[in-house]
Parts: sequence; structure tokens; C-alpha cells
Amino acid sequence: MTTTRPTTPARPAGPAAQRVTQARVIRSEWTKLRTLPSTAWSLLAAVALIVGVGALYSLLRVTRPPSDPAAVAGFDPTAVSLTGVQLAELAVGILGVLLVAGEYATGTIRATFAAVPRRLPVLWGKAVVVGLATLVLCLPAALAAFLVGQSILSGEGLDIALGDPGVARAVLGSALYLSAVGLLGLGLGALLRSTAAAVAGLFGVLFGPQLLAGLLPAAWSDRIYPYLPVPAGVAVTAVQPDPVSLAPWSGFAVFCLYVAVVLALAAWRLGRRDA
Amino acid sequence: MIEAHGLTKRYGDKTAVDGLSFTVRPGVVTGFLGPNGAGKSTTMRLILGLDAPTGGSVTVNGKPYQRHAAPLREAGALLDARSVHPGRSAYHHLLALAQTSGIGRSRVDEVVDAVGLGGATRKRAGGFSLGMGQRLGIAAALLGDPRTVILDEPVNGLDTEGIRWIRSLLRGLAAEGRTVFVSSHLMSEMAMTAQHLIVIGRGRLIADTGMEEFIAAAAPSLVRVRSTDPAALAALLRSRDVVVSGADDGALAVSGLSTDQVGRLAGAAGITLLELTAQQASLEEAFMDLTRDAVEFRAPTTGGAQE
Repeated sequence: MTTTRPTTPARPAGPAAQRVTQARVIRSEWTKLRTLPSTAWSLLAAVALIVGVGALYSLLRVTRPPSDPAAVAGFDPTAVSLTGVQLAELAVGILGVLLVAGEYATGTIRATFAAVPRRLPVLWGKAVVVGLATLVLCLPAALAAFLVGQSILSGEGLDIALGDPGVARAVLGSALYLSAVGLLGLGLGALLRSTAAAVAGLFGVLFGPQLLAGLLPAAWSDRIYPYLPVPAGVAVTAVQPDPVSLAPWSGFAVFCLYVAVVLALAAWRLGRRDA
Repeated sequence: MIEAHGLTKRYGDKTAVDGLSFTVRPGVVTGFLGPNGAGKSTTMRLILGLDAPTGGSVTVNGKPYQRHAAPLREAGALLDARSVHPGRSAYHHLLALAQTSGIGRSRVDEVVDAVGLGGATRKRAGGFSLGMGQRLGIAAALLGDPRTVILDEPVNGLDTEGIRWIRSLLRGLAAEGRTVFVSSHLMSEMAMTAQHLIVIGRGRLIADTGMEEFIAAAAPSLVRVRSTDPAALAALLRSRDVVVSGADDGALAVSGLSTDQVGRLAGAAGITLLELTAQQASLEEAFMDLTRDAVEFRAPTTGGAQE
């Protein structure tokens, strides 16, 4: 904190700039992620939605418990307590969008690409930090939502234990699914470069295909529905298999494939377009 | 060292940079001058690989900028004072850039002190004045202790003290043997800082010359002379094969002779002189003459380079 202004900057005490490596770019992207106010807000919103909406919906279901045997058999207490995941996906998707589209909007991208002129390490670095940050926050949140939800549902004896078949997979799968949605947002942001366009694209990918499929003849829509992004992705978050949906991990793999395609397109465009 | 060969950039049917070839050498401050819209910023983006050239090539220290393993050691750039996320603190902006190249926190502190940002770096960059934004951009440019420094209009938004600081900073960097390439649309600013000049207009090279040669060639000195007998003096001087033109108040403007020569000639011919002054045409005027045909936007009332 000195007020003196040397006419030329002191030569660096340590070594000057070293090679750009993927590990260094990941560190840099982590610094960027954690120092943006919007990161805290969107992750906080995601956690609050996962836990809050899960608890609310569990309360709602406990006041109107399933009565007939078929409904009891089809009741999925895990899915009920994890309902919030369906809303939290918007928060983490927007986090992914903002991390890259925000750089285009503010011009930071030019400073970023001047430091990492090969560009692609920046996209992979952002993907690593968004994916990990989302996973690390959403896994405990999903676990908390599950535990809170089950304690509410236990009032009517509707609860299930974490050790029961498929339950732990659904909790872990919810966090993995949200992590993948964060990467989807990141890919859309890098592909479209504008926050508004990328958020619109995110809504389009998450909700559009189901709406369009509904317009098709039932025979067709039943056949393609399980392969649409969200129906495929959420298969991993349910314990009671939906008769039309894909198997949990196959569905998640299909969703990851969509995300990979978007990221690959973003990477392809990143190398070609002027910043 | 920056070397451009036939560098061309078209956006759609608009040619921003048109076959530019030039070399920016280390050890001196090279001014990059041109009217607004001449293609200066585009050229700088091409140098840093932010935009891909439509044709030609440009290298920084012998290689295309993207091919350097440690790019921040080769070149540091101030491209746009607002290349900063307004929600992030200046310190974290610099830290994130530094981390890409393994530059430590102590170096971040050094450049922050060197540009005089001091205590402001923990504040959000969105609250910065234009001048502070420029200082932050210069700090970012110096992070990697680069061999080549590229600054786009660095004096924009700086106060007088800041402008003087920039001048000494640029000369200091050049004196350390670095390549210093700095753009401006103000000739007067360049005349005080740069030793070499590259002038462009409408994306084309207009001049690539030393500052002193540019001044000598573009702004020939005039001698203003008033006498009791202007007609006789004019006839006398014209016989010496120099250009003489009359001014409104009966004075003559003579180019091609020094004040000493005019005085001696008049004395030998017995002509009484009332005034004898050396006048340097302004650099700004010389620059406007040079780029008159290359100005892209002009107010409709400006017929020529008057004023």
C-alpha cells in the first residue's frame, strides 16, 4: 500500500510468466468462479431449491397420502424428497451460462484469451470448476433434502432408507445430473456467447423437446420421449422406474451425450471465431 | 519485436486492415497513429491472435502469438480498459490472469503498486473511473514481465499526472530493451512519447518512419518576416528559389531558408526588417494533412484542415 509510483515497474522478484498448463488454467478459472457474486447467488439458490422444495413437496404428500394399493406401490419417496432438483437445474444451468457468457458481455474474454491464446484450455478449465463446484455443493444438498423429506414422510410411514436398493444411487444421481446441467449451461454460453440467448437456449433444451413430443402421435412420442434430454437425465434420480423411461445409468449416459455434443460444438466454434 | 506481413482483415465486405506490413523493434517506443476507425485496434487484436487475419501474418518475438508456450512472458497488452468483469475485484482479476501462467501473488502486488492502484484493488472493478480502469489494464499488461508491451490508447481517461506517468513508463520499458507499441489518435501525444511512428489510415500504411524524420518531412519550418518593403523582399527571396507567400498583415511566409539566411539577405539588400520569426507548423496539422484522405468519419462542416 505505498503511494510512491516508480516510473517503471520493478522486475519481478520471482520467476516471470511460465508456460500455460491446463492445471494452471483450472486454478485461474477457480479464482474467477469463486470471486463472482453471481456464483454464490446461483449456488445458494440451487441448494435452497433442492432442500426447500423437497421439504415442501414432502409435506404436501404427507397430508394427502396415497390410498389405493396401486398408488402405494407406485409411490417413490426418494423422488418426492428430491423434487427440488427439477427447479435447481435452472440455477446451476444459469451459473454455467454466466461463467462464460458474462466474459463476453464484459470484454473479460479478451484478457482471458490474451493470457491463454490457445483458448480450449479455458473451456475445459471452466467445465472442471463448474462441474466440481456444482457436484460438491449439490451432493450434500440432495442428501439433506432426502433426509429431511424422509423424516417428514415417516409421519405417515411412507419413508424409505438410504440403504434400500437404488436410493443412494438416486441421491448421488441427482447431484451428478445437476452437475451435467451446469456443463450444459456452460456449453450453451460458450456456443451462443450472449447471456440472453444462452439462457433461452437452456430453457429450450430442458423443456422444449417434451412439449414438442407431446404434439406428435402417441405411438411416436412414447418411443422418442425416453431419449429426450431431461427425461433421459432424470431417470438416474428416481428409484421407482418409470415404465417408459430408460434404465437409470443409460438415461444419464444419454443426457451426458447431449451435453458432450453441446460442449464439442462450443469448442469447435471457440477455436474459429474472433474473440 | 512485432512483424506484420501483408496483414489483412475483412469483416464482411468491410476491410478494416488492408495489406499492412511493418516491423516494431525493441528498445524504442513505437507510436501507432491513425484517425478513429483506421484499424489500429483491429491490428492489435490480430497481433494477439484474438481475431484471425483474412490474409497475411503477424508474429510476436518470432512466432505467432498463439504458438508461444508462455504467452504472457512474450507480450502484455492493454486492449480495452473495460475488459474486466465489473463484479470482480481488480486484485482477483489480476490474480486469475496471473494464475494461467504460474505467476505468483507477490508479482500481482508488485504491478498493482507499480501502476499506483494500491488500496483500490480490493474494490469491485465496476466502480472504477476510466483512469483507474486504464491503470488496471496496464497492470495486467505488465504481469508477465513481457518482452513486448502493446497498449491501445493508454492515455484515454487519464489526468495530466497520469499522462506524464504513462510517458515515463513507456520510455522506461523501452529503455529496458522491450518492444513498446502504443496506439493513439493524437499526434501531439505521440510526439512527446514515441521515437518511431507507424501511421495508418483506412487500414493502409501511410508512414513508417522515425519521429524526427516525420516531423522534419511533414512539418517544414516557416520563417515569418515583415518588412517596410514586402514586395522588394519577396522578389529578392524568390530569386533564391524559395517559396514565399504573403500573409494578410503584409508579412511574408518563407520556407526553405533559416531566419539567419533571411536576415543576412535582407541586410545585404538594404531592406529594413520589422519582424523575423521561425515558425513550426503544428504536428497536429501535419498529421491531418497526411491522413486527410484516409479519415473515415468527418463532420460535414469541416472542409479541410483549418484551425
